[in-house]
Amino acid sequence: MVMMLWLLILIPLLAAPFAWLGQQWSRSAPRMIALGALSVDVLLALFLWNHGDSVQASGHGSWLVESHISWIPRWGISLHLGLDGLSLILIVLTAFIGVIATIASWTEIRSRVGLFHCNVLLALGGVIGVFLAIDLFLFFFFWELMLVPMYLLIVIWGHAQRRDASFKFFLFTQAGSLVLLVAIVALALLHQQATGRPSFDYADLIGLTLTNEMARWLMVAFLIGFLVKLPAPPFHTWLPDTYTEAPTGATIILAGILAKTGAYGLLRFTIPLFPEAMSEISPIVMGLGVVGILYAALLACAQTDIKRLVAYSSISHMGFILIGAFAGTELALQGVVMQMVAHGLSTGGLFLLAGTLEERYQTREMGHMGGLWSVMPRLATMTLFFACASLGLPGLANFVGEFLVLFGSYATQPFMIILASLGMVMAAIYSLGMMQRTFFGRQQDTRPVPDLSNVAFGTVLVIAVLQIWLGLYPRVVLTTAQPVMEQLVQATVASANLIHSRSESLLSSHIVTSQGTIP
Amino acid sequence: MLSTPALVLAIVLFGLGLIGLLSRRNILYMLLSLEIMLNAAALAFIAGGARWGQVDGEIMFLFILTLAAAEVSVALGIVLQLSHRFRTVDADALCELRG
Amino acid sequence: MLKLLWLIPVLPLTGFLVLALCGRRLSRHQIAWVGCGSVGAAAMTTAFVAADFLGVFPDRESYHQTLWNWIDTSGMTVGVSWYLDALSLLMVVVITGVGFLIHLYSTEYMAHDDGYARFFAYMNLFVAAMLTLVLADNLLLLYLGWEGVGLCSYLLIGFWYREPEYGTAAQKAFIVTRIGDTALAIGLFILFTQFTSLSIQQVQSLAVEAWPVGSNLAMIVAVLFLIGAVGKSAQLPLQVWLPDAMAGPTPVSALIHAATMVTAGVYLIARMHHLFALAPMVQEVIAVLGLVTLLLAATSALVQHDIKRVLAYSTMSQIGYMFLALGVGAWSAALFHFLTHSCFKALLFLAAGSVIHSLHHEQDIFKMGGLRRHLPWTFWTFLIGAAAMSGVPLITSGFYSKDWILWSVWSSPISHRWIWFGAVFGALLTGLYSFRLIFQVFFGEVRTQPTGEPGLAMRGPLVVLAFLALTVGFLEMPHTLGNVTVFSHYLSHALPTTELLPGMDESSEAREQLAVTVAALLGIGLAALLFLPGSRPASRLADQSTDRPSMTFLQGGWGFDRLYDRLFVRPWFSLTRNPSDMLDRGYEWLAVCAESCHGWMSHTQTGQVRWYAATVAVGTLVLLGLFAM
Repeated sequence: MVMMLWLLILIPLLAAPFAWLGQQWSRSAPRMIALGALSVDVLLALFLWNHGDSVQASGHGSWLVESHISWIPRWGISLHLGLDGLSLILIVLTAFIGVIATIASWTEIRSRVGLFHCNVLLALGGVIGVFLAIDLFLFFFFWELMLVPMYLLIVIWGHAQRRDASFKFFLFTQAGSLVLLVAIVALALLHQQATGRPSFDYADLIGLTLTNEMARWLMVAFLIGFLVKLPAPPFHTWLPDTYTEAPTGATIILAGILAKTGAYGLLRFTIPLFPEAMSEISPIVMGLGVVGILYAALLACAQTDIKRLVAYSSISHMGFILIGAFAGTELALQGVVMQMVAHGLSTGGLFLLAGTLEERYQTREMGHMGGLWSVMPRLATMTLFFACASLGLPGLANFVGEFLVLFGSYATQPFMIILASLGMVMAAIYSLGMMQRTFFGRQQDTRPVPDLSNVAFGTVLVIAVLQIWLGLYPRVVLTTAQPVMEQLVQATVASANLIHSRSESLLSSHIVTSQGTIP
Repeated sequence: MLSTPALVLAIVLFGLGLIGLLSRRNILYMLLSLEIMLNAAALAFIAGGARWGQVDGEIMFLFILTLAAAEVSVALGIVLQLSHRFRTVDADALCELRG
Repeated sequence: MLKLLWLIPVLPLTGFLVLALCGRRLSRHQIAWVGCGSVGAAAMTTAFVAADFLGVFPDRESYHQTLWNWIDTSGMTVGVSWYLDALSLLMVVVITGVGFLIHLYSTEYMAHDDGYARFFAYMNLFVAAMLTLVLADNLLLLYLGWEGVGLCSYLLIGFWYREPEYGTAAQKAFIVTRIGDTALAIGLFILFTQFTSLSIQQVQSLAVEAWPVGSNLAMIVAVLFLIGAVGKSAQLPLQVWLPDAMAGPTPVSALIHAATMVTAGVYLIARMHHLFALAPMVQEVIAVLGLVTLLLAATSALVQHDIKRVLAYSTMSQIGYMFLALGVGAWSAALFHFLTHSCFKALLFLAAGSVIHSLHHEQDIFKMGGLRRHLPWTFWTFLIGAAAMSGVPLITSGFYSKDWILWSVWSSPISHRWIWFGAVFGALLTGLYSFRLIFQVFFGEVRTQPTGEPGLAMRGPLVVLAFLALTVGFLEMPHTLGNVTVFSHYLSHALPTTELLPGMDESSEAREQLAVTVAALLGIGLAALLFLPGSRPASRLADQSTDRPSMTFLQGGWGFDRLYDRLFVRPWFSLTRNPSDMLDRGYEWLAVCAESCHGWMSHTQTGQVRWYAATVAVGTLVLLGLFAM
């Protein structure tokens, strides 16, 4: 079982050089290698999912499976991996979206096919590592590992403005990473101060008691690092440029998975490491989430470029994750997990379709489209489906995610939730506006273009079926995630109580000493 | 002891080399000036070694000697290339790296 | 047989899936069979279920069936489960029955359309969603149906997608109702936060225990539910989408925008009547909203040119009556009017569709006329529909339902006299606008030559609906006339009976009924006087230009469109005109700063080797000097 954990990461990483070399054998060899490696990863993760109960014994504490290998003991760094329900769900999603991204690039990527798939595999290996690593140093290693291949994917295979976009992407995420790194090192050093030896281990650091002041600063650093990735305003401006300029496959990975690493970081690190500071700051962060929902939705309504529209809608949906993560109730957290999966599927599908549209018409401007329903009925139908998912139609997975977040958070911040609900109206406006401008109305461009290919249609159909399945039977995801979320809430509640009792005892001891000092 | 005059000589040599480096525009002459400066530094090491009776100074001198030889061989190659490509050895005319 | 309940929504859903996935490979004939057959099968199943249910009724008042647990986590348990009681059974019967007739009609009406499969797919999906809405056991599932019917309404209004105006109308319908939906969603959040349950029955029984009558939370939740209901049912102030929704094919207007979906708001309020009973002030608001809407819509219907817009406004007006009844606590009367209305309004729309069909999609009533002799079937069925809508006494169903409502308004303790007067004036207007349509379209000289009567598939539903429009009313007759109480008796197991003021006896009821009858007949008579071709006022009216301010005011539905345009639409567009991101400016400024800094610093990079050497020397000297000090 422990071996499988490493296999999950190593399969894509080891397949990467082969994908590169494979180019010499045939044009489709890299594609087949990437597809094969990712499919094996999906199967492996699904196997772990199925046997989740039986492997429970092999892990310690809350982890289903855990692997601990010493690496640099002097600095308390080890190769420590842990798998629980949350990471399992996200790994399955990652590998699945990876498969979709590979299929989406099948016809789009024609030059340097090997290098492209090598980068895709490296990035995905990094992402899976991020979801598994519970040593903060190792985590950061994977965090950076996914970044560079992503940059290359954009700058080499992107569209016209790729240089600027990739620069912006790299600068933003790198700045966020830097802040994160400083905070991680600071945590390790604080551990040394407290116990005499530095440690980057999650289990060690989670028990570390920090002064309020320190915890607040470190919490903000962790928050910024992850908010850039999520993204939430005001750190979101890299996203629309990046998503529009990246090749379709990379956009699907970016929107479908990379954004989730930010959310995962919030759930895995920011909240459990600094529960007290978190409960202080949570109204502000939730407010940020609301602003994100409304502001991004407003901008989505203003876009004329179809990919930018989807990009802004994506930011808007991320606001729900931010709200739910900081609401502090189990229901909202469950909604966050659901929203992560649902959003990965729906934006993945939407970007695949928008990319196809761009490939066919060589433009993203919706003003040049219109009336395409009769030209490409398959594409139009599927876009309609995903537009519905995006506007939160009940019965589809996004609805479950968003509504669980809203239901779970209403008790905490009723007013904010009412504002966030307005996002639903705005989502209807931009989603339907997109449909109207591209597929309905009079036909602008009468060039004959092919409809969605069978392979692409099949892929999108699979995503659609998953959307419906998770929308009507979300228990698959929810029961897997529940123990983790339960623990998370308990930890925060316990620490909140701890603060309470501690401040009380502090108060009483203070009284005692003051009595003692005054004779 | 002998070290003070030797150091003075090293300083004077170094100064001469520097002045030569700054006043000459011909790259070849600038290289010559550099050699003088290097040797001045080497002399200072020798003097220092003699002053404390340590062998380190002479070791450093040998290092500098090899370094100077290596540097000259590379630099002459560059000068050759420069004169070949730009038809000049005027350092002021060669300002490709201006920002 | 009751176990088959789950099949009722699943059958149309299957029809939808078949048509959506392989609709292009089926022939038109097969499409019609699938589309119609699925709804027909649902209607059959409904008949079996209803027979079974009524067999043990009222010993067993409700039937509950859970298919699977939809969401079951962290304190939230919501099942995909159905709840059948007298109220939902009534809705299901109407939806599948009328729905089937309209599907049958559509097989001919849409026969030459390109999107035949698409049309039936959407229609089937609509029926499935609507059935989910009314059969839902919990509010979240109800919300699923609620949004589902909204989506289908959007898709079907914009069915002819090549016309940009139709698309605009579809978007308007969806967005305006979405505003109501959002309010409803917030209502759900509050209910769940309070009671950690979403089951309709449980929430209401808990609410009755926890909230005193008139408590703040009860009022807030009731208002939010009301906003949801007015959005869906096109009542003031969210009524603006319905007239534009007539862009869709006529069967769509008949099914969605007359018989079923627009009455979902009525169903919601009736379903949540315990909750609304806790908020008497909100109930009064419902009554007033209903009254104002019915008058607004009736006056607007009076001056429309488009035959379907007349019917759209009349729908709004009739739903106004239902809201009025709900507001005064006459729950069963509202549902009875829903039943008769869905028969006669579906009939009117289908008959209008028959007119439009035979006139090559001409919808302007001033270009119609004299169709009485050319389209006798259509004329007679349309006449029956119009008579039922205006409440021609004794023989039409509309008379009995409207009379019941007005009697309840008169005699209810929570109503006012002036509301009754308003509603009776509305009845007069109903007669006026209904028969204006009849006289304009079917009498006088022929202005556009019709192609002839439609075929059997269209005529059949017309006849059946005409029969129902005449006879459904006999299910419930007032004390003064026969005293039949089948309907109110049946619904009394799901809805509370109406309270009456003390001292309301049969003689006062008879007097009230007389007033209503006179109003309706007066309206019809007035219509004959004003609009019957050949009469002097009619020629005068025809001459009149329509651009008088009062006319445009009425034609635009009292100017609400303009008002909302100024208040919301234009500010929104000016807000979303600029696609660039404000927050990005900050980062751009950062980039500009960095660039100018580097431009400034790059002046030191002269490329002069000697200059560099000199700076190094000076720098070393300075550093040495500093160390020496």
